[in-house]
Amino acid sequence: MKRVYLDHSATTPVHPEVLEAMLPYYKDKFGNASSIHQFGRDAKDALEQSREAVAKVINAASSEVYFTSGGTESDNLALKGTALANKNKGKHIITSQIEHHAVLESCKFLKKEGYDVTYLPVDKYGLVDPGVLRENIRKDTILISIIHANNETGTIQPIEELGKIARENGIYFHSDTVQAFGKIPLDVQKMGIDMLSVSAHKLYGPKGVGAIYIRKGTRISSLVHGGHHERARRAGTENVPGIVGLAKAAEIASKDMETQHQHLKNLTESFLKKLSEKIPDVFLNGHPEKKFAGTLNISFKGVEGESIILSLDMKGVAVASGSACTSGALEPSHVLSAMRIDPALAQSSIRFSFGRENTMEDVDYVVEVLPAIIQRLRSMSPIYASSKKE
Amino acid sequence: MSYTAKVMDHFTNPRNVGEIDKPDGVGEIGNPVCGDIMKLYIKVKDGRIVDAKFKTFGCGAAIATSSMITELVKNKTLDEAEKISRKTVADALDGLPANKMHCSNLAADALHKAIEDYKKHQNKTA
Repeated sequence: MKRVYLDHSATTPVHPEVLEAMLPYYKDKFGNASSIHQFGRDAKDALEQSREAVAKVINAASSEVYFTSGGTESDNLALKGTALANKNKGKHIITSQIEHHAVLESCKFLKKEGYDVTYLPVDKYGLVDPGVLRENIRKDTILISIIHANNETGTIQPIEELGKIARENGIYFHSDTVQAFGKIPLDVQKMGIDMLSVSAHKLYGPKGVGAIYIRKGTRISSLVHGGHHERARRAGTENVPGIVGLAKAAEIASKDMETQHQHLKNLTESFLKKLSEKIPDVFLNGHPEKKFAGTLNISFKGVEGESIILSLDMKGVAVASGSACTSGALEPSHVLSAMRIDPALAQSSIRFSFGRENTMEDVDYVVEVLPAIIQRLRSMSPIYASSKKE
Repeated sequence: MSYTAKVMDHFTNPRNVGEIDKPDGVGEIGNPVCGDIMKLYIKVKDGRIVDAKFKTFGCGAAIATSSMITELVKNKTLDEAEKISRKTVADALDGLPANKMHCSNLAADALHKAIEDYKKHQNKTA
């Protein structure tokens, strides 16, 4: 059976060149980067070269890049670390309603610890209004954290404008760029970003490794204490093979950014067009243009998301959904809810996230198998029938 | 999370999908916020359920439990049908994932509503 992987926002396969770059650091060059001998020095060299490679992608100095276990840890460090170190200045944090759970749950934790959190609303496309950010800034605001490209819809926030507002008010600005890093041009100077979170496995790198950029001079407490690794900001023996993999992935992504953008744009545009011609009552969630080219979030009226995932899975196609069933929650996606998408349509949403190895044949295969699936499920649906009668 | 072979069978080849023309009882349950909506139709003759059909908007478990209950109730007396519980349905499917036991196991509730609906009409005509 043909297999088509369209869940690159969840994770990606490791690029062969990335794996190749990593392997020596599990074998001959296995040293601990803190050791003084040659084994250690080899590891240390790889670590510092990797830092340089990651810094280059975002126009930062290598001394401002710290390696972590992934996007979630980086988000936790940005939120909690800044909150802890700046509590004498204030205890107010501004974020948005459509953040990744790593940010939202960190905010929830901080709220319990006595911090005050404002969750900015979004419009029907999922965009934060810079004017609304400005209105919500207070004297005791210490941190603004806004996601770059959304993981569910791909919608891209006006980061440069938001960063400018943060800068004008002397407030730290963090952005969760897990879905954007290496795929969309990022410049921490131009965008006024003080911290940003990176994950390797969204970028054809290995799982369990990521990075955080922290602008020089930012007051931040560390969360993991121990040895003097990562200049005492994040203790623990560095995952050198993983870090080398992240750096290689970043390097490849950076080099291929423009061609990949065009590749993904061709695939998703064609997919959406063909799908809309073949299936009635489909709706795109998120901004049609201000979005990451690889992600399409589509609602199929009258059909629940998980039942589409199961049916596509039986045809070898892997996708994700914002329905309550798949999130394990009792409510549909918080992102689609914040966009005020009708709850039934939010339950009917499917995220197709394309990647570098997808082809136009993949597009045609999914467009070929999907209409029958939707038709079958709609014929069983009590709400699709009733909506047609109206 | 993974479903049993029986759940996948009922999801892939659901039994008794559709509506009954002039049903004797209809049970509707669920709402779009939680993600599952089920409509169950029953036909009753001499105190027995002679036919049952369903329409469901929901996940794999919701569709499989709907399909399974239409098989379980056929030719049962109303008293017997009333004893069918959420657990009966889940057991008949060789179990459901833990997170689905509550949110997507609505078929028994829809059945009880359909029987209630039938009895309400009986009282009116009596």
